Amino acid sequence: MPGDVQIRCRNLWKVFGADPRGFMRRHDGRPTAQALRDEGYIGAVQDVSFDVHQGEILIIMGLSGSGKSTLIRCITRLNDPTTGEMEYEGRDLLKLSERELIDIRRHRFGMVFQNFGLLPHRDVLENVAFPLEVQGIARAERVDRAKKMIDLVGLGGRESYFPRELSGGQQQRVGIARSLAVEPDIWFLDEPFSALDPLIRAEMQDEFLRLQSMLHKTIVFITHDFEEATKLADRIGIMKDGRMVQLATPEELVLNPADDYVAEFAKNAPRERIVSVGAIMQTPTDAALGAVPMTAKIGSVAEQVLTADGPVAVTDASGERIVGSIDRATVTAAIFGGRGPEARAA
Amino acid sequence: MTEATAPTTPRADGEGVSLAALPLWGRFAAIIVAGVLLSLVWDGATRWPEAWTLPLAQWITDFINWLKSEATVFGVEFKAITRGIGTALEMPVDWAEYLLYRGFKKVGLDLGPLPWIAVAAGVTIFAHWVGGWRLALLCGLSMLYLATFNVWKDAMRTMTIVVVAVPMAAFIGIALGIWVTRSKTAARIISPMFDLMQATPHMAYLAPVAALFAFGPVTALIATVVFAMPPMARCTILGLQTVSSDVVEAGQMSGCTKRQLLWKVALPSSKRTLMLGLNQVVMQTLAMVVIASIAGATGLGHKLLYSLQQLRLGVAIEQGIAISLIAIVLDRLTQAYAYKETDHFASEKTWAQRHKHMLLFLVILVGSYVLAEFHRWASIPPSKFVWGAGDAKVVLFDAKLLARHMDQAIRDFNVVAFDYINPIRDWVTLWILIPVRNFFLWLPWPVFFGVVSLAAWRLGGKSVMLLCMALMASFIVTGFWVETMKTTYLVLIAAALCVLIGVPLGIWAARSERAAKIIMPICDTLQTFPSFIYLIPAIMLFRIGDFANIFAIIPYATVPAIRYTYLGLKRIPAVTVEAGIANGATRMQRLFKVELPVALPEIMLGLNQTIMMALAMTAITALIGSTDLGQEVVRSISTQDFGRGILAGFFIAALGIIADRLIGSWAAERKRQLGVA
Repeated sequence: MPGDVQIRCRNLWKVFGADPRGFMRRHDGRPTAQALRDEGYIGAVQDVSFDVHQGEILIIMGLSGSGKSTLIRCITRLNDPTTGEMEYEGRDLLKLSERELIDIRRHRFGMVFQNFGLLPHRDVLENVAFPLEVQGIARAERVDRAKKMIDLVGLGGRESYFPRELSGGQQQRVGIARSLAVEPDIWFLDEPFSALDPLIRAEMQDEFLRLQSMLHKTIVFITHDFEEATKLADRIGIMKDGRMVQLATPEELVLNPADDYVAEFAKNAPRERIVSVGAIMQTPTDAALGAVPMTAKIGSVAEQVLTADGPVAVTDASGERIVGSIDRATVTAAIFGGRGPEARAA
Repeated sequence: MTEATAPTTPRADGEGVSLAALPLWGRFAAIIVAGVLLSLVWDGATRWPEAWTLPLAQWITDFINWLKSEATVFGVEFKAITRGIGTALEMPVDWAEYLLYRGFKKVGLDLGPLPWIAVAAGVTIFAHWVGGWRLALLCGLSMLYLATFNVWKDAMRTMTIVVVAVPMAAFIGIALGIWVTRSKTAARIISPMFDLMQATPHMAYLAPVAALFAFGPVTALIATVVFAMPPMARCTILGLQTVSSDVVEAGQMSGCTKRQLLWKVALPSSKRTLMLGLNQVVMQTLAMVVIASIAGATGLGHKLLYSLQQLRLGVAIEQGIAISLIAIVLDRLTQAYAYKETDHFASEKTWAQRHKHMLLFLVILVGSYVLAEFHRWASIPPSKFVWGAGDAKVVLFDAKLLARHMDQAIRDFNVVAFDYINPIRDWVTLWILIPVRNFFLWLPWPVFFGVVSLAAWRLGGKSVMLLCMALMASFIVTGFWVETMKTTYLVLIAAALCVLIGVPLGIWAARSERAAKIIMPICDTLQTFPSFIYLIPAIMLFRIGDFANIFAIIPYATVPAIRYTYLGLKRIPAVTVEAGIANGATRMQRLFKVELPVALPEIMLGLNQTIMMALAMTAITALIGSTDLGQEVVRSISTQDFGRGILAGFFIAALGIIADRLIGSWAAERKRQLGVA
């Protein structure tokens, strides 16, 4: 169940050019792609609306230039949006004073950067303690808290190393520890693992899930890697040319892509790990053997279904009631590119 | 830029329309013919008519004299203000003098100056701390040289200004740099000022400052600070602007206020660039202090100039080596400090272990003061080293005697060598220098003006053309045409020679690792020395004259030609060269058809730097005799004709800026075409 809305964005626009505000005014706040092109403006974020719920991992995905980095910078107010509304826990983010904004950043927001953004002149401990230092927390306490964070990300013993002496994965662990040091409510991650090698990336993704299982933060996570998105996300928002084309669960994206662009991403997704039995099951039949829960991902039941001599019964989450059945053909079709029974029927 | 890419755009005025119909070479030819014809019918085209000359130099001199004598600011006499500044600045200079060579008697303390043993040990220990044994050895030996070659006191006089000027220049430079990155207005005002300041030769700073503050160390200090500050400001700007955006954003997201962002994030994370700036400040300070000798700063530069003028070359060589060693030591120490690694395990060591360098220095400091109480030689090194007393006295080392022997050796050498050197010098002078010089003196100014303007328009568009026109007009209408052309001739010949020597060396270094290992460190070292040093071999071999001047310019100004050629060739993408090889190019074809064309913009930027350095050097060579703008600058300091000096300095800068804009525009455009910008 989604928790309360923490961040609420409505009709966000970020336009780059000579006079973005004037341009937006001239076009009643809704310029067409043609108008942008004709007048030499770039619509990095165009009319984006969405909510971020308490405790969820919302992943914003898109290719480079799709506006995802600009969007996260609008929400964190590193770049101010041209027009639109943003609320954080009911407070208007765009009306904050300098002081209030700094206050929110000091206590509520934490952010991890693609290229780590570590301060080269400070060692690991001083980097992690930095957000606490700028708040004016006494040395003893901030060292204490920073050490806890360093242990949390598995870098204990390297406190006196400098960023340049660490590997990429280790540097990003420092970045993560730093962003968590203030115990933020919302955790922003801007392509945190994109600069890392594939093996390290997978390791860091597991690390990330481990941390989240302990911390239960509200997370806004940017990536250009669909596989990463499906592995980590509760919901994924796909961006293209500044617009959010679809915002849904990974399963929904795979099964019901909003357009060809989303479908193209979804094509190579590891369906067996995304699609659950409940989403593709058919009506119950009496001939069904055995039983699999409807919440299970099809990958985990594939062997059982494929080796069975006939359809397998599907039970509800509690395992008590039979709600459907699933057979070999349905599973194969779901894994190898079909779209489930509805698609085949159509 | 549209003008540059569309050269056939017709212009509104009548002459422009007919010119535009011609091809480019035709337009140049038309300007040249028109200018020459004009000079035949009108003398004013060869020499700007006296009656029309703008007496700007006189006005400036009058203005400065008025400032000195009558001007008041808010009811306070201007000269009282300068005197106040002078007195305020004298204080740190005085204390540095007490510390380094005078002793504290004047302020009622019975304490000598830092004993030379303590200074030498301090420098060596610091070198070990920042750079290990090799650096310590280099610095230790250099300090011993200063102590044994009878130059200690003068070296300390020179260092007095350095130790006061460096912190001041660094502080002002950082403050200005921060201001420029924060305020667009500041950027608009200050950046072009820095361009001008950098193109202006050292010497030109001295005249106006000397005019207001009288001769002496304070004048040297002010001129030095003003001269050495821009590199610090530039490095600060560069450092602050190149902090990675992730780092800045991380700072913002950590909740930094603007001030915290500057002091805790941006400045510290650009430490390397700032330290590079400090290194440049130190080197520029030393170069300036040496030259400031002609405006009343005592010290090694002063002594060296004196030795050169008296042709006491042995002593001059000893003093020149001393200056060079100081330069090398300061350069290596500041660089090593910039790259010093932090000790990870400092917290595990005892206090004494962590501070062993400091403790050792303190022990030597106290010990040497005690020793100095009993033996004068421990305080200031003696002029010669003797062992024993009375009849048994043996002279171990006498720098003066050695210098006399060197003088004799140089004389003997010259007697033989002049038979070979003089014919070469005379031939070059007769067949190259004099004809080129006569050409520039004959050149009617409308030809020069027109050709440079057209080139500027073609290369950089209207704004570059207007800038060049204004700069050229400034030396034509103020009556400095002849001096400017003499400088132009000297610099062009020197630059041509630098390119002839430097480009092949750069190519060689780029092609052979082994050659690079020898050539590049030599370039580094040559650039470390204050330009003043290069006068010594020139005088030694050729006495005075244009040939000697050019000879002094070459080692100084060839370095950028070598370095830019080397870097330009090294930076060519490997795949470009490989494509050439794959297409079957021979080594020569590869060089001339692939590598040099791609590297040419970079090589031209090297030429640009060579010209700038040659221009700067003309003001130095004026010390041993010349008749160009540089001479005007030098002479103005003694004649008190400040206007002429300031203007001549400005015109040297103007020539530099014109060359910079012409070559820079061309290189930028060419790089854009090659896609290597």
